[in-house]
Amino acid sequence: MYSPEIIGEAVVNGLLSGGVYALVALGLTLVYGVLHIINFAHGALLTCALFAVWVLAAVLGVGPYLAILPLAALFFALGYALQRLVIGPASHGDDGNALLITLGLSIAIENALLAVFHSDTRALGGDAAFDVVEVGPMLVSTPRLIGFAGSVVVAALLWLLLSATDTGRAIRAVAKERLGANLVGIEVGHIYAVTFGIGCACLAVAACLMMPTFYVDPHVGNAFVVVAFTIVVLGGMGSVPGALLGGLFVGVVESLSGLVLGESLGQLGIFLIFIVVLLFRPKGLFGAAA
Amino acid sequence: MLSVERVSKRFGGLLAIADASLAVPQGAIVGLIGPNGAGKTTLFGVISGFLPPTTGTVAFEGADITGEEPHLRARRGIARTFQIVQPFAGLSVRENIAVGAYLRHARRAEALAQAEAVANLVGLRPMLDGSASGLTVAGRKRLELARALATEPRLLLLDEVLAGLNPSEIRDILPVIRRIRDGGVTILMIEHVMQAVMALCEDVYVLAQGRMIAHGPPQRVCEDPAVIEAYLGHGTAARLREGAHA
Amino acid sequence: MTARDLLPIVALVVLLAVVPLFASNVLLNFLFTALVVALAAQGWNLLGGFGGQFSFGQAAFFGTGAYMTAALQIRLGVNAWLAAGLGILAGAAVAWAIGFMAFRARLRGSYFALVTLAFAEVFRILANASDVTGGAAGLLIRLDPRPANFQFESRAVFAWIAIACVGAVMVLCRAIERGRFGAQLVAVRDNEDAARALGVDALATKLRAISLAGAITAAAGCLYVQYFLLINAQIGYGTWISVEALLAAIVGGVGTVLGPVIGALALHGVGELTKGFASAITGIDLVLFGLLLVLTTAFAPSGIVGSLARLTRPRTA
Repeated sequence: MYSPEIIGEAVVNGLLSGGVYALVALGLTLVYGVLHIINFAHGALLTCALFAVWVLAAVLGVGPYLAILPLAALFFALGYALQRLVIGPASHGDDGNALLITLGLSIAIENALLAVFHSDTRALGGDAAFDVVEVGPMLVSTPRLIGFAGSVVVAALLWLLLSATDTGRAIRAVAKERLGANLVGIEVGHIYAVTFGIGCACLAVAACLMMPTFYVDPHVGNAFVVVAFTIVVLGGMGSVPGALLGGLFVGVVESLSGLVLGESLGQLGIFLIFIVVLLFRPKGLFGAAA
Repeated sequence: MLSVERVSKRFGGLLAIADASLAVPQGAIVGLIGPNGAGKTTLFGVISGFLPPTTGTVAFEGADITGEEPHLRARRGIARTFQIVQPFAGLSVRENIAVGAYLRHARRAEALAQAEAVANLVGLRPMLDGSASGLTVAGRKRLELARALATEPRLLLLDEVLAGLNPSEIRDILPVIRRIRDGGVTILMIEHVMQAVMALCEDVYVLAQGRMIAHGPPQRVCEDPAVIEAYLGHGTAARLREGAHA
Repeated sequence: MTARDLLPIVALVVLLAVVPLFASNVLLNFLFTALVVALAAQGWNLLGGFGGQFSFGQAAFFGTGAYMTAALQIRLGVNAWLAAGLGILAGAAVAWAIGFMAFRARLRGSYFALVTLAFAEVFRILANASDVTGGAAGLLIRLDPRPANFQFESRAVFAWIAIACVGAVMVLCRAIERGRFGAQLVAVRDNEDAARALGVDALATKLRAISLAGAITAAAGCLYVQYFLLINAQIGYGTWISVEALLAAIVGGVGTVLGPVIGALALHGVGELTKGFASAITGIDLVLFGLLLVLTTAFAPSGIVGSLARLTRPRTA
């Protein structure tokens, strides 16, 4: 059927993509774990970030890897503002409302991008997408390898932030016990906004790492939303290690099912996993209960 | 009427109830008391069908109902109130009670009439058309009672229906409970308010740390050293005993 | 139900029924499309407004109704009216199945929304790839405008049929609101445990709600495909109908009988106006929809109908 080399390559490529997917899912799971809302705008924000990378490259000539730090900072600020000024106040503290508000934002953002950029697909161009490096008997895509490495670095930084800094401790406190955290003087609204900002910053970094091998159009975020949600549900809502493991798993599944089923049905596999996990083990591998 | 045989309930590593049994004869008011955390509400959960027991059985009027869903138990005639009262926020007081009435009356007019009758019984008549979320704590307790009564139960499980009421409110609600029993409803009540237990209950079970440690008429149970120890602790109980002998 | 209960519904229906008498084709097109969305929104509202379960996947029922109606006619030569009826039943069945899986797993809130979204997307992918549904090209019903074929020369007739459907569903919702099922549904929404303790079979109640919602939304799909004669995966199972149904109900007034209808008309009206002013900007109407959802949730959570009701209701103690 398929030779071991081809399968091996599919698995490795799946793992590498999975690393970046994990980064996308990380923001989502962090926001859920702390704010207890499912951010339906996650996909649209990712699309935003991808367009930002493209604009910087095509218009200003700044390469995607150089763009990591400035875009991460920009998107952190954007996310902070979004939560502090829009989502937080508008939801009146009700999680059900937050659902609708993030949905509304997602529609507004996606179609605003459509209005500005139209439906054309854009990519970074250039040959960097096809660089490969030999790893043993396999040819591994260089940008994907860089992407994976970048994700690992960001995840490690995030872990450091959460465990070793005051802000990180405050975030964990708010996630566990909001009222108590409030009572000991932690400003919950600010922490919520910081968390949301971190989630968006992760998206920005992920976008920079993805663009070399990918493309962007206003609807691309939708496809990622499903993948991200599947990862988060699989790994457990609110669990960082869950998001990482989930990301790798989903990356491999997507790669293998794309190999076997072809493009159009490949996504089906992800959706079905998603449904099965939701129905039979909503807690996922490590997460909090539904 | 109700027979709970050797029920145990385990949550993972925690044994919340161990080998508890109780029996409620028809027409009686029976109390279930015990210190906080003893497992009383968990036992209610088992009796009302919200929690399946790990071992043991629950029988009602001779039939084994151990695995039955709460709504089926309600149809049999078992109603329960909840400790933390949450009215149906979207409905008025009348409509809240009507939800219970709809169990036995399919048509709106009949259900609303039944709701009004029950409201009269518990003293909620003036509040009928108001919003349920606007009630005071005492009002909500009466609403909880009314909702359960509207299902025309034969056995009523009251979970701390007096909690949060001030003494005059308690004094006002005691005759309501008696009236309910006199109307033919058997009552099993969890209570902390001792004066109510003494005044209302013919028979009392004491649950401590998941086990039944005493059973009998309220006077006798309150003087039982094991019960005193369960509530006040080993040291205090010993001091009280010595004080009694000195 | 009293006459007073029905009066607003009758008034709205009469108001709408007058329009096709003098409207242009463009206006009729607008009216019909808005009414199809209104019908889908009424389905959403039954489950979401009365039942408290927000579905993000109404498309699953809309598309099933539409595809079933089309496929039965094209592939099996079934009479169009019968096909539509079967399409509605199919929608109800699919809804029941999804509801059974989701409610047995005790999913609610965001998780329920997610799983309905996932199911709709699965349907979309399958419809896009399968031969029965015509693959990516979809299905075309042959143009043959005769009443027996559920096709009419005059768009006005389509509009009246849509108005009749919407009106009938409004009456149904009012009856539910005033009756036992409605009380039980709201009770399950507000406090499921208390409802169960009072003898309400929560699972059965939720299943009834979602089946009805599925049937109503499927009916919208059947109407759509008979008018436009084209169905494909993006039209039938695309997220657009899930979003518009939800949006119309929320903007109009979640949990009210008239809300979804008023919301759909208002939303489409705003959409058309926006497209009229800024037609060069693609998707500008949807940007507005998104913002409207945010603004409505933030400032007017009871929607148009709810806010009006609050303004006119006398203050109770």
